[in-house]
Amino acid sequence: MTIMSVPILTCLIFFPLLGALLLLFADRKKTLYIKVFTLVFSVVEFGISLPLFFLFDEKTKGMQFMEKVPWFPEWGISYLLGIDGISLLLLLLTTFLTVICVLCSWKAIEDKVKEYYITFLFLETAMIGTLCALDLVLFYIFWELMLIPMYLLIGIWGGPRRIYAAIKFFLFTMAGSVLMLIAIIALYFLHYRTTGVYTFNVLDLYQASIPVVKQYWFFAAFALSFAIKVPMFPLHTWLPDAHTEAPTAGSVILAGVLLKMGTYGFLRFAIPFFPAAAYDAVPLISTLAIIGIIYGAVVSMMQPDLKRLIAFSSVSHLGYVMLGMFAFNMQGVEGSIYQMLNHGISTGGLFLIVGMLYERRHTRMIADFGGLAKVMPVFAVFFMIITLSSIALPGTNGFVGEFLILLGAFKSNMWYGVLATTGVILGAAYMLWMFQRVMFGVVTKEENKKLKDLGKREVLILTAMVFFIILMGVYPKMFFKKMDTSVTDYLSFVKARNAQYRTLQQGPGEAVPIKNKAVENLKN
Amino acid sequence: MDVAISVTEFRWILPEVLLTGWALLLLIIGAFGKGPLASRVSGIISLIGSLSTLACVFCLKGVNLDVFNRLYTVDSYGTFFKAIFLIVLTLITFISLRYAKREKIGSGEYYALLMFGVLGMMVMVSSHSFITIFIGLEVMSISIYILCALLRNNLKSVESSLKYFLLGAFATSFLLYGMALIYGSTGIIDVVELKQYFLMRQPFAPQMFIIGLGLLIVGFGFKIAAVPFHMWTPDVYEGAPTTITAYMATGVKAAAFGALVRVFYTALLPFGPLGWTNIIWFIAVLTMTVGNITALVQRDIKRMLAYSSIAHAGYILVAFITGDRELISSVLFYLLVYTFMNIGAFTAVIALGRKGEENTDIDSYAGLGTRHPFIALCMSIFLLSLAGIPPLAGFAGKFYVFSAAIKAQYYWLAVIGVLNSVVAVYYYLRVMVYMYFKEPLRELGTIDIAPQYSITMLICVWALIHMGVFPRMFLMLAGQAVKIFS
Repeated sequence: MTIMSVPILTCLIFFPLLGALLLLFADRKKTLYIKVFTLVFSVVEFGISLPLFFLFDEKTKGMQFMEKVPWFPEWGISYLLGIDGISLLLLLLTTFLTVICVLCSWKAIEDKVKEYYITFLFLETAMIGTLCALDLVLFYIFWELMLIPMYLLIGIWGGPRRIYAAIKFFLFTMAGSVLMLIAIIALYFLHYRTTGVYTFNVLDLYQASIPVVKQYWFFAAFALSFAIKVPMFPLHTWLPDAHTEAPTAGSVILAGVLLKMGTYGFLRFAIPFFPAAAYDAVPLISTLAIIGIIYGAVVSMMQPDLKRLIAFSSVSHLGYVMLGMFAFNMQGVEGSIYQMLNHGISTGGLFLIVGMLYERRHTRMIADFGGLAKVMPVFAVFFMIITLSSIALPGTNGFVGEFLILLGAFKSNMWYGVLATTGVILGAAYMLWMFQRVMFGVVTKEENKKLKDLGKREVLILTAMVFFIILMGVYPKMFFKKMDTSVTDYLSFVKARNAQYRTLQQGPGEAVPIKNKAVENLKN
Repeated sequence: MDVAISVTEFRWILPEVLLTGWALLLLIIGAFGKGPLASRVSGIISLIGSLSTLACVFCLKGVNLDVFNRLYTVDSYGTFFKAIFLIVLTLITFISLRYAKREKIGSGEYYALLMFGVLGMMVMVSSHSFITIFIGLEVMSISIYILCALLRNNLKSVESSLKYFLLGAFATSFLLYGMALIYGSTGIIDVVELKQYFLMRQPFAPQMFIIGLGLLIVGFGFKIAAVPFHMWTPDVYEGAPTTITAYMATGVKAAAFGALVRVFYTALLPFGPLGWTNIIWFIAVLTMTVGNITALVQRDIKRMLAYSSIAHAGYILVAFITGDRELISSVLFYLLVYTFMNIGAFTAVIALGRKGEENTDIDSYAGLGTRHPFIALCMSIFLLSLAGIPPLAGFAGKFYVFSAAIKAQYYWLAVIGVLNSVVAVYYYLRVMVYMYFKEPLRELGTIDIAPQYSITMLICVWALIHMGVFPRMFLMLAGQAVKIFS
């Protein structure tokens, strides 16, 4: 267990920050040096995170690699880190995608290169911190910290409407998260009043007993914040703008990791803290998720802009994630987590593809392309594989996730399953139609005839993505066995707690006084 | 009653004595020396003076006693505020070394008045007696009326001074009348005695007393720039020399809150249910909302910061209203944090200006990110901190303020507060949008980034990050300070 004594999560969180600080002193003219430096840092970071995958003990329940340092003991705030099977996989996705993003920005970013990579490393710190934090204050700090670099990425290196998109992104997310902050503090004082202990420790707060009526309020605040991030219909309007205006790497990281923070938040905080409210919210969330699935798909179909199309497809895909999560059974939840990873890889891959096209043609309009398969055969192959993975063809990663989610949905409520399945068909429709318009047919535009096929760097990036698409498609067990214990544990915990609350609620005369008290509190 | 004053008691007010001494010395220098050399010398003397007084205040840490027949009090609460004022004085003096030279206002009386103003603030927060509080308030206010008008050839500056004077005089008379009514209904001029008086006579609510209470709120509301007593703020902040704006936004606000909290938390808490919490609830909501909404449409940075300072007064009122005798420490912490972020932001504003041209319209910030990355980065940190983004101190400040509200179960107030801070994000970010996302619109010439400005900004940046990541020590100090209320 000696390896466990190394504060590996702290290293993971602050290593990119160290890189960012060192970069501050770099000469801004030596762009190549800056790029190589960042690449080395992100690869080393990935290297640090890989052993986690193998050292992680899949049989142990609960958090692993925990670190705890008191931070503000009088208030019960501590620097508490730890990961379980759920955050482990998302963490690896983050470090992996960061490497890809650094590589894909190699030529795309020519302006303010130094600041760009500083921002990116800073963002990585915030993302990993969010995934590892087990103290609510620490979590909130990292959660908000993710906003600034993403805001800068969109606002400085983005497209023509970047300012609008950046501010919209910031305000939407912030509006949700401040309400969560209120709920966090309220939960903290509630826990204090019942137990006499001041703590922001997530694991301790899991045990808090919260009157069901209060759970609704708390769950609403948490869920609003996370649902904006996911984003769930009808809170998704910031996403197409942010995605369309962000630079390629920004879109990849936004789709790949940032959106997952919302779904992760549900799994880690909103549901286990307030299980009774979560159970009661199943019809609402599932309905919104299904609307999201279908709406996202239908709107995607009509988009003339490739990036907007993929952005709306994200709304659809994330709808599956939410649907699976709120099925509250093994298949649904595991599929949902798997779908989070898939979405990171395949949608991230699609954004990379669009970015490559954009670098060549400086347009993203579907109408400007056509017949590219003849001009760029290698590109066509990669594009096809990634498209199929996004459609969830058997053999690719997408199939495993979507199949499990639908299975879970059918198990919990047949109608959810039936309706969600229509999304699969629509998904195939818009993706294949898009692919056909871009890649097949005759080359109509003069500019498209001389497009260069992929370079070595681009092939490397896409090969890495395709590698995971296939690996996760044909050997999912490798990933599932890491999360099995955590998910079983999570589900049994949530179910047991929910049952507990139900009996409490039905207790003689119990529900009425709780309700009155809550109303009184609100009036104050 | 023994009215003799023991000489030994003077050692407890050494900081005040010292500050007065330095200020008088500066006046003498101002009377005889003219020109840049004298200005320089007085600047440096003033810096030494404020630093030595600050050191002196630190020595008083932990002292709690009443002196001069209980007209004056030295306690950890007052000492905490004195430290804030002297930090303000030191930083402002330090920037002024350069700014006063640029604007040619650095004669002896400039620095002397800064000191007298701080002297007034120090007196204001260290007494339980209404009379002493009032004297402190007047010393502070009169110094600032003059300081606002120091740019004699600038119409706006003179206007700002006159406006502040007229409205200020009005507000002070409200305050005085309020004190008089309280005295009239109880016969007591000291808040500690007032508290005992109430303890013996409950319930106690003659109309005269209630009116007095209301007038107190009006008087203090004016000084902290709470809506609807805020009308003077934007004009005065805009017209005054920028150093003085920073001085007012931080020092005066902290002093007014210091006195307000002391008066209300010592004696007037039991009267909360009688109505002042409700009044302040509305004032807090109005202050936050009007401040933030109006700031949205400002194109002048100084005016924007003026409205933002109004909004911040609203956040502080959120914690004030709770009546929580422990978590009122969040007010002290917030004021400390607020001092650094505001002085930092105003320093950046000063650094971008030139003689005769303040360059405070938002357009002059376009492209600052490339023109001067250092100032832009510092300014971004100040703005993000003002917006309450973690891990900067502004977040910690808001966190504790709203915690106080939630602990006291003012849920809606807290919700309104945080939603307001989202609105605020928009206008803070807009400055960042100009700095980083836009190209310069016009030629602005070279920026005078003197070491005085950059060092001040670095100190503020460091303070904000430090207090944001490790707020514990400062909150514990603030917690010590408010022990006097429990």
